[in-house]
Parts: sequence; C-alpha cells; structure tokens
Amino acid sequence: MLLRHTTTEIKDRTALTVNPAKTCQPIGAMYAALGIHGCMPHSHGSQGCYAYHRSALTRHYKEPVIAATSAFTEGASVFGGQANLMQAIDNIFSVYNPDVIAVHTTCLSETIGDDIPQIVNKAMAEGRVPAGKYVIHANTPSYAGSHITGFAGMTKAMVDYFAETASARTKTVNLIPGFVEPSDMAEIRRMAAEMGLETIMFPDTSGVLNGPMTGKYRMYPPGGVTVEALRRTGSSLGTVALGHLASGDAARALDVKCKVPCQILDLPIGLGATDRFVDTLHRMAGVNVPDSLTFERGQMVDIIADMHQYFYNKRVGLVGDPDQLLALTKFLVSLDMAPVYLVTGTSAGKKFEKHLRAAVAGVPHEVQIKVGGDMHLFHQWIKQAPVDLLIGNSYVKYIAHDEDIPYVRHGFPILDRVGHSYFPTVGYRGGMRLLEKILDALLDRKDRDATDITFELVM
Amino acid sequence: MASIPILKEREKHIYRKGAEPFNLTCGHHSLAGVVSQRACVFCGSRVVLYPIADALHLIHGPVGCAAYTWDIRGALSSGPELHRLSFTTDLREKDVIFGGEKKLHRALVELIDTYQPRAAFVYSTCIVGIIGDDVAAVCRQVSREKAIPVLPVHSEGFKGTKKDGYKAACEALFKLVGQGPVDQISPWSINILGEFNIGGEAWIIKSYYEKMGVEVVATMTGDGRVDAIRRSHGAALNVVQCSGAMTTLADMMQARYGTPYIRVSYFGLEDTSKALYDVAAHFKDNPAIMARTQALVRGEISAIFPELQKIKAAVQGKRAAIYVGGAFKAFSLIKALRYLGMDVVLVGSQTGNDADYETLRDMCDDGTIILDDANPLELSKYIIEKRADLFIGGVKERPIAYKMGIGFCDHNHERKTPLAGYEGMLNFAREVYRSVNSPVWRFAPARAAAGKGASPC
Repeated sequence: MLLRHTTTEIKDRTALTVNPAKTCQPIGAMYAALGIHGCMPHSHGSQGCYAYHRSALTRHYKEPVIAATSAFTEGASVFGGQANLMQAIDNIFSVYNPDVIAVHTTCLSETIGDDIPQIVNKAMAEGRVPAGKYVIHANTPSYAGSHITGFAGMTKAMVDYFAETASARTKTVNLIPGFVEPSDMAEIRRMAAEMGLETIMFPDTSGVLNGPMTGKYRMYPPGGVTVEALRRTGSSLGTVALGHLASGDAARALDVKCKVPCQILDLPIGLGATDRFVDTLHRMAGVNVPDSLTFERGQMVDIIADMHQYFYNKRVGLVGDPDQLLALTKFLVSLDMAPVYLVTGTSAGKKFEKHLRAAVAGVPHEVQIKVGGDMHLFHQWIKQAPVDLLIGNSYVKYIAHDEDIPYVRHGFPILDRVGHSYFPTVGYRGGMRLLEKILDALLDRKDRDATDITFELVM
Repeated sequence: MASIPILKEREKHIYRKGAEPFNLTCGHHSLAGVVSQRACVFCGSRVVLYPIADALHLIHGPVGCAAYTWDIRGALSSGPELHRLSFTTDLREKDVIFGGEKKLHRALVELIDTYQPRAAFVYSTCIVGIIGDDVAAVCRQVSREKAIPVLPVHSEGFKGTKKDGYKAACEALFKLVGQGPVDQISPWSINILGEFNIGGEAWIIKSYYEKMGVEVVATMTGDGRVDAIRRSHGAALNVVQCSGAMTTLADMMQARYGTPYIRVSYFGLEDTSKALYDVAAHFKDNPAIMARTQALVRGEISAIFPELQKIKAAVQGKRAAIYVGGAFKAFSLIKALRYLGMDVVLVGSQTGNDADYETLRDMCDDGTIILDDANPLELSKYIIEKRADLFIGGVKERPIAYKMGIGFCDHNHERKTPLAGYEGMLNFAREVYRSVNSPVWRFAPARAAAGKGASPC
C-alpha cells in the first residue's frame, strides 16, 4: 500500500498540490523544440531545470535527449542572465553547430525579467549568430500553465519566427499534431499521405525520439521539421491543428500572420474524432477519402462490434492532459463505457471544462471532474466509489496497485513500459491499439478473478 | 565523430593519462551553453533527504521541481512510505508577485495535521530565493504551532552545484541530531552515513554490522527515521560512504559531539571488506568484533567466489567507461572492474575535486581518459576512440550507450538490484555480464562493421 497515506475524506485544498497530474512549462517547450530538425533546445535558467527535463524525457522515450543550459549562478540571478545567454549562444554554435537554438525561459529568468528577444537581437548585432542559423524563443515560466502550454508556446514560436507570407497558396496542408508521441505524429502524417496530401507537420519528433539503433550517437537525428518547411507553412492551403490547448495558439498565430485558415480539432483519438480529422482533410484539400482508410475504419468498427459487450457500462477513471482527456472521454462514451472520474492537472479553462461536462452528459453515473486537480484527489474519489478501469500516465500505477484496478497506460510520462513511442493511439489504427489495450486489461482481470468453474477459454 | 571539436575551455577538464602533464581543472561551475550532465542545488538536497520515510518533504516552488523528483530514486523503506508522495505548494504567478509565505504556512499546517509526520523538511527552489520568502521564519512558526521539527532546506537551485545541495541537506539534518535520548546506545555503535537504501543496500550493510556485533544507531538517510537521526550523536563512530554527500554532516558531528568518522565504500569485495575491517579495528577494545568480522568476510566471499570466477572468465579483457556523479564511487568501480579482469578506458565525474582526480590519475592505466563534468559528445567521442564495451553511468547516459551499441550498467538512481556489499558485487558482476555479452550488440551496425560485434557468449 504505497499510497496508504491517501485519506478517504476529501478536504478542500487551496495551498497544496499532492501527487501532481502535470509538470512545468519548460519541458513541453523542450519537447516541441526537439521536433525541429537540427535544433538545440536551450533552457535559460539554472542547471537543474534542464537536467530534470532531459532525464524525464529520457525516461519516457528511452532516447538520448539533447539540450543546453544558461547555467545560472547567484551572480546571474542578481544581475540578469544576458551574459550567460550570450556565452551560451557562442558556445552552442561553435561546438554543437545546430541549425536552430530554441530558447525557453524558466521561473528564475522570468522573475528576474530577462528579455530574450532583446538579448538575441544584441547577439545577432554582435555577429554571434552565424549566417543561416537561428535563435528562437518562448516564454515558459514554471509558475504559469503546464507542460502542455509550454509545448503550445514553443510551437507558436515556430510560426512567429519562421512562417513567411506568400502571394500564392500551395496545395500543402499544415498539420499541428499537439503534445503526442512521435508514433502518433508519424501516424497522422501517414493518414494524410494516404489521402494524397502534401503536408508540413510541426513540431515533428518522429525519427528524433523513436529512432533506430544505428551504432552511432547522433546529436541531431534525421527527423524533425526543417526551417525551410516552417517558412513554407505561411503559404499553405490551410492548417489542421489537433488539440485545442497544445496546438490552437500556433494555428491561430499562423492565420493572423499569414492568413492561413485553420481548423482546430480534438486529438484524433477514437472513431468520432478520427472521422472528423479525416473529413476535415477531405474538405480542406478537396481530396477523396481513399479505400485504404475506409478499410482501417471498418476494421476498428469491427473490433468494437465484436467486443462491445465487454465495454458496456464499465466505470473508468482517467487522468490526462486536457486534449487527450477530452478525446479519450468522448471515445469511451462512444464505446458505451462510463468515464466517471476525470482529472487533468492543467488549468485549461472554463470552456474546456464545459466541453468535458458535455461529453459525459449522457453517462448514467455521477461524474466527478476536476480541471487543475491532482492524483491525490483522483485517488480519494476512487476510495469513495471504485472504478473498473484506470487510464493515465505511469504515476497512476500507484493507485492501480493499491486499489487493485485494471490499468492502461496512456499519456505523459510513461516511465515503466515501452511501445508508446513506436505504436500510435491516434487514428483508426491507433484506436485499434487502444481497444486492444483496454480489452487486455479488462479480460486479463476477468481471467485472473475467475474460479476454476467460471474460467472461460472463449471470450 | 573523431572530428568533434572540444571547446577550448573544456580542454582543461580532460586528461589523457601518460600523454600530458597532469593539470585537470575541476570544481568549476559549468559553462553556459555546454550540454553538461550535471544538476542543481535542489537536486542535491532532495536526493540526500528524501529517503527519510517518516518525515514530510514539502517542495516550496513551482510544480516542476516536485514532479521531477517524485519517487524517481528507489530508496526503499521498511515502514512508512510518506517520502514516496509528492507535496508541493505549486507556486503560481500571483504567489510570485505577492509572496508564497502564507501559502507555505497553510500547506504545512494541512499536511502535518493530516499525516502527523515526525519532522518536516521544506525545500526552497530557485523562485523562492528570488521572491525572498522567509522560509525559515514560516518553519519556526509552524514548528512552534505543531510541536515537531520543521526544517528549512536552503536549496535554491542557482546557488551553486549539486554539492552545495548536499551541504544544505546536511545542515538541515544536523538540526535533528542531538535531540534524542542516547542512554541505551552500545559503546560499539555506529551511524551509517551516505547510504540511501537504493534497492535495499542499507539493509545488506546493516546486516553485516549486526553480525559483527556493532549497533547501528541511524542510517542516513536510507530507510531513515527521524527519531533515529535525533539520537545519532550517541553513536561511537560515523561511517561515511558517498563522501561528497555526507562528509559535511560527519564534520559537524565531529566538531560538536566529538564523533570521529571514517570514509568507506561498500562497493566491490576489496572496499567492502576494508570498510568492515576498519570499523572492527576502531573498536579494538572489543576483539570479539574483529573475530566476527573475519568470519563474516570469509563466509560472504566464499559464498559468491565460484560464480564470480565464472563471470570473470566471460568478461575478462572487456573495456569499460565510467561516468558517475561523485569521484569516490569511481574509485570503487575501477577496483571492482579490475577484479573482473576488465580494463577501464575512460573515467569521469560530475563533481570530483582536485584530490579525487589525482587519485584517479594514480589508479588509472596509461592512455585512460579522465573527464570532469563531461558532455555527451565528449563521452561518445572517447567511447568510440577507446572502443569501450560497457558504459557505467546514470539515466542520461544509458540511451547514449545503447545507441552506440554497447552495454550499460546503471550505478545511479535507477539501479534496481542492490550493488553494495558482497551480494551486491555478485549482482554487479551478473549485470555487467548480462549487458556486455548480450547478443543484441551483434546487431549493432557500427560494431558489426568494425568486425568486433560478435561477442562470444
């Protein structure tokens, strides 16, 4: 009973977060920056921040994660971090030779008030940024938002710094995938390619954080969106942004800056959301939905039909980042399951909460929702009335273990299993994988709890 | 890769034994813009104190500092698990503007009422140092209100390196020492310092001392308890492992309570035996302890010797690279690897000092690369140049080794089996064998091309 310290009685907590369901902005900015080809993420703060972010990303992806730091000392914290960032720009370009340095701030540099654009401009004026190389930035103080808004901020910076307005539109569609796995990004691109679309995806961590073993350590693996492609996003036909919180800002910024119209959709998790994604591409680019995708869709529906009796009315507790939580909840409801406890750590706003409540309006149970909540509260709900299934990141395993509840890992971070970076959960194929995982968890439990008499071969 | 440039300022942090006069620079703050593998003050304090299982650990700062240190290091407890939860004041923008003291007070009171901990540690993070919250004053106030020790840990991330974090942790610990009764403590008693019970290592070491007839008063901090630490000044000797982390506390206890200390390592047969014999020798007024120690060492070594010999035959001549936090650990690793017949071709640390690096130089063979505060490019450059078969490091080094197609052994937070003591040495040897001789490396392209991919196994 690792979480034996979880009390059943729920008290209103205003000063305290216990077992957080989120982490801070900079790690999201770092993850997004790794989705630019040849990019060195740079943490403008003290050394611990980036060490933690690199370790956390390494544990989740099981890949080397590259980033640099301004290595603030007491002096920098008093006099400002300009000298550190200048020195960092010099050192990074001369030793690590990236195409782009993507600077994100931290609580420390934000509070002392470092002005990154001003420092970068000075560095450029002094010739510290070589020709054809770039320094971009996002403001990501740890005391605001969460890892998701940090990701959104750095994604928007890609638009702010690189997108160029053009007189003529191309037939290209921009895809903003949101804070999802490299495998999900690859799947979203694959589906668009099946439809015959030219796309630019940003950020794109596929090939960067799920790369092959090559026998070589490469600081800049082959994946990632190039600066050249980012420039062209301004002349694209339109943008499809997936996930309101993680991708909305960048999509809107591109609309404002380059007049590229955008559609902001739910993450394509589950049948309905994937249908809407495919339909949006179909309408935006005027292309037909190919038989291959219709076939995949049919397979997914087939699985649901075959196994629908096992989903019915199962009570599910979910902890996840806002975009994932909303899409997953809708998916579960469409399976006739009952998502009853919903927690996200990110304060995603009233509108988000309204959408979430609407999604569970027809669920025939009392549903608890906390936006800006933590896992402690989630656990307390479960203690009061249990669930049949848990879905969430690796930290949910404590609750699954203590309460003996079937559990599917989904989200960030996953520190104790592999697969998430290689196999998607978006699209029809990803949906099939999610169905398999949910069924495995439920049916394994049924098998485990069966007596010799009730143990069944065919299910 | 061989053409990777080394930054001029970094050249002084790299030494090739035998080739050049020894003048290694260390103990410096890392250069801005360098991809160092180091961490911060907060990280140092957090790893030292967090294994105290019946204390409350509250992180006063933004959510990240708490999220990233939530149960990442398997410091096991035989009782309470309070240390494995994550508590934070989750400072938001308005707290940064108006100050976080009231929030901290409310959080502490709430937590202490709910969990009734034996003591509370409050960690300051970067932001707290900048906005100027008087954490010590809040701690004093709550301590008075709740009648338990509430100890501020001055661990603002930017105020130095991980080493300064160790020091801040020791200073907080020292406030507990001397507060408990010592009348029942044996004259042949010790405290175990710098042992964090990763994978249950403290239990192994404690069992050795118990078999020797030596009482262990407090383990700091693995499977730690507040009450034991409060009476730790009653021990006759402090036995300090992981010197970087805990020597400060040993020094403070020596100055105030006259407790002598010795530095030890429990890694490898040689160092473990030396540690036990050194403790036995300290209690020469009780010769029975030495006799029992001799019997213990004999028994333990003969139990694992046959399997060690088999493994040795299978790993002999393989080349190892070591990159660890403290240099003291590197000394033991070199000895242990040599025991297995392996060659150490690269050794580096994040926080070594001048004396540490001189010792390393004296220990290493000609041609061995010695690195201070290295970055991944330097590590990969020398791993290729030196054709290492095994890399020993921490979480950030593991995927680098694997990408390059060589074995890896975690000697840091993420080790899952105990590597301390005699059974720990056997576990280590098994782990080295398992990784170095894994058939997967035969599929590693670069090594297969170099004609050395097919390890016999």
